[in-house]
Amino acid sequence: MSLLVDIRKNFGTFRLDVSFEAGDETLALLGASGCGKSMTLRCIAGIVTPDAGRIVLDNSVLFDSEKHINLSPQQRRVGLLFQNYALFPTMTVAQNILCGMGHEKSRETRQASLRMALSRFYLEGLEHRFPDQLSGGQQQRAALARILVSQPRLLMLDEPFSALDSHLRWELEQEVLSLTREFCGTTLLVSHNRDEVYRLSHRVAVYNQGRIDVLDEKWELFENPRTYHSALLTGCKNLAPATLREGLLDVPQWGLTLSPPRVTPVNYIGIRAHDLLPALNPGINTFPYEILQRIEDTFSMILMIRPKGGSGAPLRWELSKEQYRCLEQCPFVSVAPEKILMLT
Amino acid sequence: MDWFPLINSLRIALIATFFTFFIGIFAASYIARLPRGVKGLLDCLLTLPLVLPPTVVGFFLLKVLGPKGPVGSLIVEWFDSKIVMTWYASIFAVVIVTLPLMYRTARGAFEAFDENILSAGKTLGLSNRYLFWRVLIPGCRQGLLAGLVLSFARGLGEYGATSMVSGYTPGRTATISTTVYQLWREGNDALAYQWVFINLAISLTILLAVNLLERRNGHSAFYLPRKEG
Repeated sequence: MSLLVDIRKNFGTFRLDVSFEAGDETLALLGASGCGKSMTLRCIAGIVTPDAGRIVLDNSVLFDSEKHINLSPQQRRVGLLFQNYALFPTMTVAQNILCGMGHEKSRETRQASLRMALSRFYLEGLEHRFPDQLSGGQQQRAALARILVSQPRLLMLDEPFSALDSHLRWELEQEVLSLTREFCGTTLLVSHNRDEVYRLSHRVAVYNQGRIDVLDEKWELFENPRTYHSALLTGCKNLAPATLREGLLDVPQWGLTLSPPRVTPVNYIGIRAHDLLPALNPGINTFPYEILQRIEDTFSMILMIRPKGGSGAPLRWELSKEQYRCLEQCPFVSVAPEKILMLT
Repeated sequence: MDWFPLINSLRIALIATFFTFFIGIFAASYIARLPRGVKGLLDCLLTLPLVLPPTVVGFFLLKVLGPKGPVGSLIVEWFDSKIVMTWYASIFAVVIVTLPLMYRTARGAFEAFDENILSAGKTLGLSNRYLFWRVLIPGCRQGLLAGLVLSFARGLGEYGATSMVSGYTPGRTATISTTVYQLWREGNDALAYQWVFINLAISLTILLAVNLLERRNGHSAFYLPRKEG
């Protein structure tokens, strides 16, 4: 199983230009809203026609602008879970799921698949309900069941949890995780939530304004983002332009000079909010600080700080409430050189 | 009392609404898919009878259907009969006058329908025809029914174009509206009142039906979408 995507499409001033390959894995498309993630899925599904490029799934060409191939969505056999699930409002759950089985003519097989799908997605007893009589989670499971019985060659999930309450999210996330494992083929997951992406996917493509900024293994991406955007989207809160001078990092925005982890080309540096640590004594990459603002979060404290006496932009520092209680003894804050992200 | 005007009005409105309903739905779904320029032009053309005086519509119809007009002359040639001044000439008038209502309501309903639902159906392998008849039409049924009822109501009350193409012949082309006018001219107020109350009763029943549909629908049946430039 493999998917090759290489497409370009213009929408007024916005330009989508992406190319990637995916195997039997979950590939996440991570990016801010309006950066072209959902549009990529729509192009693959055949709902939107790219201006140019190629889309190949398991050696069958779905789209090729040069050879004038453009299969209809019906011919592509790819499953797309819409953000709002897109169930047919005038059909019951059972009718909705049966709609996914257009290829299967035998009545017995259809009924058997329906029963299997209903039990697999915990929809037994709900088969005669209409979509507006279901909870968000049930709607999502019905939509997934409908897609799965259509035996798609590719599974695409567009922001699958964005319409759900946070307590439901976790449950359905586990559901989707086991589903993608059962599915065994390629799954594309569109999301703007880095935690969700980290838990569900193998590799991550970071989108930035219609282009793929970085495509990497998720561990590599989260441990060691290489670009400003991948650092931002993986949740790095402190980012600033930096230059290397005589082996030291000069960061004018914060008014700091820091020891780098290594000497490599750098345009920006990033420091994750929890990689700042309180320190008793001065030392390497350690500086006195003043607190500009204190924000109490559910399980942590967020402090906006800046080097004492400086006038630069504040840094965001997250620490546990225990650490915060002992903070008065620590007049210094430090960041280990290896924790500094060197970004281009 | 001669019930002919009621029967004639009802049969004209019923037959005309039948045509209006399907022409309106197909026009709405067809025009929605057209490129912008053509779309705006056809949209204006179909909405025009809503803003034109019915007498102007009647005038055009007479020019087309009259014995010397392009359609009327063919009918004289083939069937050796005239179409104007018959009761069924009114059907043409009523279809044209009610079409904007049906077309606009249908377009509003189609435009309000979530496009993603149809896209999802396509990725599931369902044909466009199936999606139109089994997903889009049932999904928009409240709006379409409201359009149907409105068209019927408008058709039943049509006066201007009808009186021009069918005239007023008691027992042959008289409708409720032309009868009321005729009775008033003759000074027969008593009989005129009877027809006025019959008309009021029918209209109130219809508006009640529209309101009930709206309540179930959640949005106004009179919803007219913004005109495309």
